[in-house]
Amino acid sequence: MNGEIAAILAMDGIASGAIYVLIGLGFVLIFAVTRVIFVPFGDIAAFTALGLASLEAGNRPGTVGLVAVLAVLSTAVEASALVRARALRRLPRALFLYLLLPLIPATTVWFAAGSNLSMPLRIGLALALALPIAPLLDRIVFRPIADASVLLLLTVAVALHFALSGLGLLFFGPEGVRTKPLTEAVFEIAGLTVNAQMVLVVAASVVFSGLLFLFFEFTVQGKALRATAINRTGARLVGIRPASTAAVAYLLASLLAGISGVLIAPVTTIFYDSGFLIGLKAFVGAIIGAMTSYPVTALGAVLVGLLESFASFWLSAYKEVVVFGLLIPVLLWRSLSLVTSEEEEAEE
Amino acid sequence: MTGPQFRLACLAAVALIALAPNLLSPFSITLLNYIGIYALAVLGLVLLSGIGGMLSFGQAAFVGIAAYASAWLTTQMGCSPWLGLVAGLVLTGLVAAILGAVTLRLGGHFLSLSTIAWGLATYFLFGNLPMLGQFNGIPDVPAISIGQYALTSSGSIYYLIWIFVAVALALAANLLNSREGRAVRALRAGHIMAESLGINPFRIKLVTFVIAALLSALSGWLYAHMSRFVSPAPFDVNVGILYLLMAMVGGMAYLSGAVVGAAIVTLLKNGIQDYLPLIASSASGQLEIVVFSVLFIVLLQRARAGIVPFALRFLPRLRPIAPSAAAALERRPQPRPGQTILAVSGATRRFGGLVAVDGVSFELKAGEILGLIGPNGAGKTTMFNLITGALPLHQGKISFLGRDVSRAAQRRIARAGVARTFQHVKLRKSMTLLDTVMLGTYARTRSGFLAGILKMDRHEEQRVRTEAMWQLQRVGLSDRAFELAGNLPLGRQRLLEIARALAADPALLMLDEPAAGLRAGEKAELARLLDALRREGLSILLVEHDMDFVMGLVDRTVVMDFGAKLCEGTPAVVRRDPRVQEAYLGGVA
Repeated sequence: MNGEIAAILAMDGIASGAIYVLIGLGFVLIFAVTRVIFVPFGDIAAFTALGLASLEAGNRPGTVGLVAVLAVLSTAVEASALVRARALRRLPRALFLYLLLPLIPATTVWFAAGSNLSMPLRIGLALALALPIAPLLDRIVFRPIADASVLLLLTVAVALHFALSGLGLLFFGPEGVRTKPLTEAVFEIAGLTVNAQMVLVVAASVVFSGLLFLFFEFTVQGKALRATAINRTGARLVGIRPASTAAVAYLLASLLAGISGVLIAPVTTIFYDSGFLIGLKAFVGAIIGAMTSYPVTALGAVLVGLLESFASFWLSAYKEVVVFGLLIPVLLWRSLSLVTSEEEEAEE
Repeated sequence: MTGPQFRLACLAAVALIALAPNLLSPFSITLLNYIGIYALAVLGLVLLSGIGGMLSFGQAAFVGIAAYASAWLTTQMGCSPWLGLVAGLVLTGLVAAILGAVTLRLGGHFLSLSTIAWGLATYFLFGNLPMLGQFNGIPDVPAISIGQYALTSSGSIYYLIWIFVAVALALAANLLNSREGRAVRALRAGHIMAESLGINPFRIKLVTFVIAALLSALSGWLYAHMSRFVSPAPFDVNVGILYLLMAMVGGMAYLSGAVVGAAIVTLLKNGIQDYLPLIASSASGQLEIVVFSVLFIVLLQRARAGIVPFALRFLPRLRPIAPSAAAALERRPQPRPGQTILAVSGATRRFGGLVAVDGVSFELKAGEILGLIGPNGAGKTTMFNLITGALPLHQGKISFLGRDVSRAAQRRIARAGVARTFQHVKLRKSMTLLDTVMLGTYARTRSGFLAGILKMDRHEEQRVRTEAMWQLQRVGLSDRAFELAGNLPLGRQRLLEIARALAADPALLMLDEPAAGLRAGEKAELARLLDALRREGLSILLVEHDMDFVMGLVDRTVVMDFGAKLCEGTPAVVRRDPRVQEAYLGGVA
């Protein structure tokens, strides 16, 4: 390997790492606020990419149906909970939040699909359509067991991923898609041809990570999220509702996942089940950050991207083996540096 | 139901299974074969996750390793499938031992995540290794033959599969009722509890992990030679999830849950394959996984215990057999009364900037009850944890029976003769009182895993049972020996913990706030028990909040405040000490 190949591999690695950064940050955010290791997160990214590709091809994205079904289901769950709690006057609000709000992007896309849309509009619609999925799933699947152990929540999340990938095949079909490049500009730095697309990916990743940081530091909502992450009971005592902070966390994280889906779609062929591997690689990054630190997670995600890129050069067939094999020493290192409390460990 | 009746029921089940090939269609037999093969892997998962508390998503990888090992040896090397079985078991056992050694120190969800990681890595390895046929797999795997007779038809391999299932179930049941099996069942109560009984939790976890992997390997070997073809797909992580679903449907905590769960899910899968095309003709394959995942989620939300415990409510209970008397276990020589058995000098422990225990020194003499008291936050519990080795000491020295134990691991201290109870009772609710106390004898007995599995431990088990009954009698619980620990009220649960501690035959019994949450009558009962134990020559260290309880019982007290020792003496002396009055009442003197 010479310097030039190494540089190209490094750039490639950083670009895919940048995509993992966005998803990895979402993992950490959701875990901190809800204790759920939201495995299906990669699926959200893949669904955004697939939705975008459908819009490009002038088809109606399968996500429309998915969002509609989830909206109806979660409304039913919420309504039955309200009836049982005899809190019927909160029903209109529930209908608005769980039925009307998610259906707005769904109906918009339903009518807009097929017409000739500009690229920013297509991206906006694809993102808007992906946003409600995770918060609705949270309402249906996780809120009824919000106080269960991390392990149980993880098992549910893994099962949820398989449900989603099955639905993905149903809604999108088995064909892989690749969207049109966001930009086709190419320029040269120090003798190396650099793809503008790659620069865009890295820039987007940096910008959105920065925005997340600003959100946490300077907004009340962001501070509420941090408070819930530190101590749920404490946050409750000062008037923060864990259920609504969870919804905000899911929305934010979905936005990050959606953006990464938009960024990855022109570079890699995306299938209905590509999300799992993308998500798990981002997840390796999140574990390097011990599921708590945002900056270390970002670094870890870039590391995973680099490793993957170099592994695909040397042992292309085994790059997945290398990346997931890496997780074991990382976990081991993490387990030595983390002190888990005994009370949390014991269960009945 | 009595023992002979239970055996009769088992025999009837065996007869029914033996006759099945004559009664059922070949297709039903094939289904039964799959159920048996799944049941073996799920049985491992029940042991590992349901009973041992280590949730694994990756069992399918172990099934695959053995299936591929045997398929490769038989097709490429022309070996006999039986050699393939040996190779599959050895290879799987080795891989499991290495993976386990690396990952089993991880706590809770990190361990489960690592199982996804190695599960996926193994799947991709199968799919990419040219010698294993990559994603195309290995075709034409030979059938197993016994002598000249090849098990090619589904009706003939059926017997082999179900003999394996029956033997595996019986051996697993033996294991759970043995010394090491009780340790496996105790794992879920946490490391500190296990260590306090002299158990090495890591070793127990590792062996359980390997046993579960070996059961998977058996399943994989049968699978390879029944379907005569191996490819990566049946060993993917989603199949690992399917195993988990089976275990969960059947009942994670029950061995029979493995068979019940495997049967229900396999039949359901088959039914779905029949009926889904009627609903959605084009996409039935995709819907299948959706249906199963949704079912799994609903199950996790609503009925985590599974079907077996539900069904057991309607079946007659197995009547317990009162243990026959056997020779008592050997007892350790107790120290002479008045001899110093515990000496703490200058013990110091910091948490960040906070000095929780600051240069505390005291001694405990054989045959006395020493009370360690102090207001909230005085550092009593930290002191307790330092002595038992649950927390490492930063400075100072602790010696027990003349031996320096300042740096010793918890279970070493336990084995040296320190038994303890817990402020928040640490019992397995689903274990009987008798089993709970038998667990206490762990450090005094020897039988290993193999002896337990093969029932070569009968003699020792009998002595252990006799010992446990005696300890239950000592604390007044012998009439409820076969009830579940979780059914006792809190006061009795504390007594049960004391019985478990006594079963270790300690030289020093350490009690962490034993009177907390007890009613007045229960406190008096506890005080009588402790007094009786003292008269039998046992030394007791008591950390307690309840002044009346402590002052009426102890010989001497050590008072702590803000991490330091305030004073020490008989209850009367301590009560008069103005510093103690100030610490408790705030400067009224």
